[in-house]
Amino acid sequence: MWDYTDKVRDHFFNPRNAGPLADANAVGEVGSIQCGDALRLSLKVDPESERILDASFQTFGCGSAIASSSALTEIIKGKTLDEALQISNQNIADFLDGLPPEKMHCSVMGREALQAAIANYRGEVWTDDHEEGAMVCKCFAVDSVLIENVVRANGLTTVEQVTQYTKAGGGCSSCHEGIEEILAKVCAQGGTEKIAAPDCAAPAVTVKPVTFGIPAPAAPPAHPAPVAAAEPPKLTNFQRMRRIEMVIESIRPTLKRDHGDVEIVEVDGSNVFVRLQGACVGCMMEHATLGGIEQKLSEELGERVRVLPVSMMAAARASV
Amino acid sequence: MSDAPIYLDNNATTACDPAVVEAMLPFFTEQFGNPSSMHSFGDRVGHAIKTARAQVQALIGAEFDSEIIFNSCGTESDTTAILSALKAQPERNQIITTAVEHPAILSLCDYLEKEGYIIRRLGVDKRGRIDIDEYRSLLNDRVAIVSVMWANNESGTIFPVEAMAELARARGIMFHTDAVQAVGKVPIDLKNSCIDLLSLSGHKLHAPKGIGVLYLRRNTRFRPLLRGGHQERGRRAGTENSASIVGLGKAAELALAHLPVENGEVKRLRDKLEKSILAAVPHCFATGDVKNRLPNTSSIAFEYVEGESILLLLNKLGIAASSGSACTSGSLEPSHVMRAMGIPYTAAHGAIRFSLSRYNTEEEIDRVIAAVPPIIERLRKMSPYWGENGPLDKAFAPKYA
Ligand SMILES: Cc1ncc(COP(=O)(O)O)c(C=O)c1O
Ligand code: FES
Repeated sequence: MWDYTDKVRDHFFNPRNAGPLADANAVGEVGSIQCGDALRLSLKVDPESERILDASFQTFGCGSAIASSSALTEIIKGKTLDEALQISNQNIADFLDGLPPEKMHCSVMGREALQAAIANYRGEVWTDDHEEGAMVCKCFAVDSVLIENVVRANGLTTVEQVTQYTKAGGGCSSCHEGIEEILAKVCAQGGTEKIAAPDCAAPAVTVKPVTFGIPAPAAPPAHPAPVAAAEPPKLTNFQRMRRIEMVIESIRPTLKRDHGDVEIVEVDGSNVFVRLQGACVGCMMEHATLGGIEQKLSEELGERVRVLPVSMMAAARASV
Repeated sequence: MSDAPIYLDNNATTACDPAVVEAMLPFFTEQFGNPSSMHSFGDRVGHAIKTARAQVQALIGAEFDSEIIFNSCGTESDTTAILSALKAQPERNQIITTAVEHPAILSLCDYLEKEGYIIRRLGVDKRGRIDIDEYRSLLNDRVAIVSVMWANNESGTIFPVEAMAELARARGIMFHTDAVQAVGKVPIDLKNSCIDLLSLSGHKLHAPKGIGVLYLRRNTRFRPLLRGGHQERGRRAGTENSASIVGLGKAAELALAHLPVENGEVKRLRDKLEKSILAAVPHCFATGDVKNRLPNTSSIAFEYVEGESILLLLNKLGIAASSGSACTSGSLEPSHVMRAMGIPYTAAHGAIRFSLSRYNTEEEIDRVIAAVPPIIERLRKMSPYWGENGPLDKAFAPKYA
């Protein structure tokens, strides 16, 4: 059970201002049902003073999503739009006497809905500048996007360095594997800004994964490349392209079921560049999806390939 | 109506049976000996463990009591089975499993995959069923072990493990089943099966937490996970958790005696609960293979509402159930089991599992039947996907995901 504060419980069990607002003149909608939370914020703004006369929310989500929405409406009522824009997600969390680190995104969603609603009122286009990753280090509330950015920007190659820069990993140690995965991924995607791929390619991860007496496979391949041990027959270029196409085709129905899709853009040596479309692009599902395609392709081709988003095409080429 | 707590989360863990606690108590006090010792203190404990071994043997229909290895939990049994198969057969580097296993198997396989092993994960259809032909096509000489759960912890769906084990045996492949959810709820007769390894866990059948069993068919190639003393014939070193072993033995005896109750009264209450909720709440459905599942489990997906908020409101009324979706990070994945069955997101986030035990009463079930519909209605009123009287025709699709 989550460690919710009394304030969170109160706003969940007795939400303020829940439901539609009949005479709203500003509406902000954020989230999606795929991602498990979505919020519609409706405001009634006085055109003279730009003061928020009334606010209401409709939320699909967990306890803290509903509590954060309720808190938001209470905070902004009576404020002018400019005042309301000063509200940060931390203000929302503070109003509720805090949220568990894994649930901070609920307050972020509240702030975004507010910005979207105000943009809607002013006839502006609001752009989501915020990218949030999966929570990696719970001890210090550090998410994957932050770690990745810091690793990239500072050329980090070890867990210890990541801890020095972000604190992540400096507590219970349970997130070290997760941090190692990010280091390996940044390295695989062409290295950091400071260190080109070839240099970090070898032991980007100096903290060796612990193998609890786990047997090594017959012919242990270099971590992290899962390759069939049996020597595959060599494919011609043409056969190889066909095979890649077939694999991608076989994956598309699964993605389409979730309103997504994938398309091959370019095959460059062992790099396969794809364009992902649809639901949840940019969130953590994207990494999972790319990883899954990579796994499948590597197995089918009997060689290690990297599946990269098309946005990496320039960077990957530059680093070769 | 009373407001005493109602526990419908028995697939997560169960209450210790009072008779189990009573059987265990002497082993915390006067019966403290080490069963390996050469004196009477140890001797008596050794005898009690022997009895417990026979009780577990009877519950799962093992041919020999030496096929029962006591250890610390279901997760340890799963881990031991898989790693043993790999270590004992270094020429084999593939594992066949399913996409809906418990994390005890799934995370281990993910990890082994990074180490270079090849993992084949069988998908399931929308009722949670495996395609046997697909399974058959994956069997080959490089497969070290097949690991398929007997019953799914979320949907209760039962897999045809006995038939699958037979197919594996015919190809000379080891077969393991995670039967943590099945033992004590469905009859199991290992001596007449081709299953080589089986995991069970005490706390799912009214024994304490932290005690498990790995069944290892005689003459199966094996490597221990923990090496050290000669406990459990050297197959699992470490001084025995004697009190818990005795408790598990007692619980196994009780489970065997109550099998007809599980498949009679417990099943009747489960069916009543499910039927009544499906009838009272629009836009919800039972997930899994409803004609072929554990007698105590009902997993209902409520559309357009989110699981955690349902649980919080149920909890306020003293009702304990569980949800598959783990709302923990920036973008929230509903449970891997719901996703594997292709349950749409609109429903997967609102899947709630009710899992009963022989301790639940009709009165409790009636209270839950009365409690659920208003909770769903209340949350739907707050949902942007729900209009006055039903889901909105025009889907709510924010521009900003
Ligand atoms: C199917 C299944 N396997 C394994 C386990 C893990 O058992 P234990 O908690 O004893 O490690 C569970 C318990 O949640 C389970 O449901
Ligand atoms: S979760 Fe990162 S150190 Fe504890």
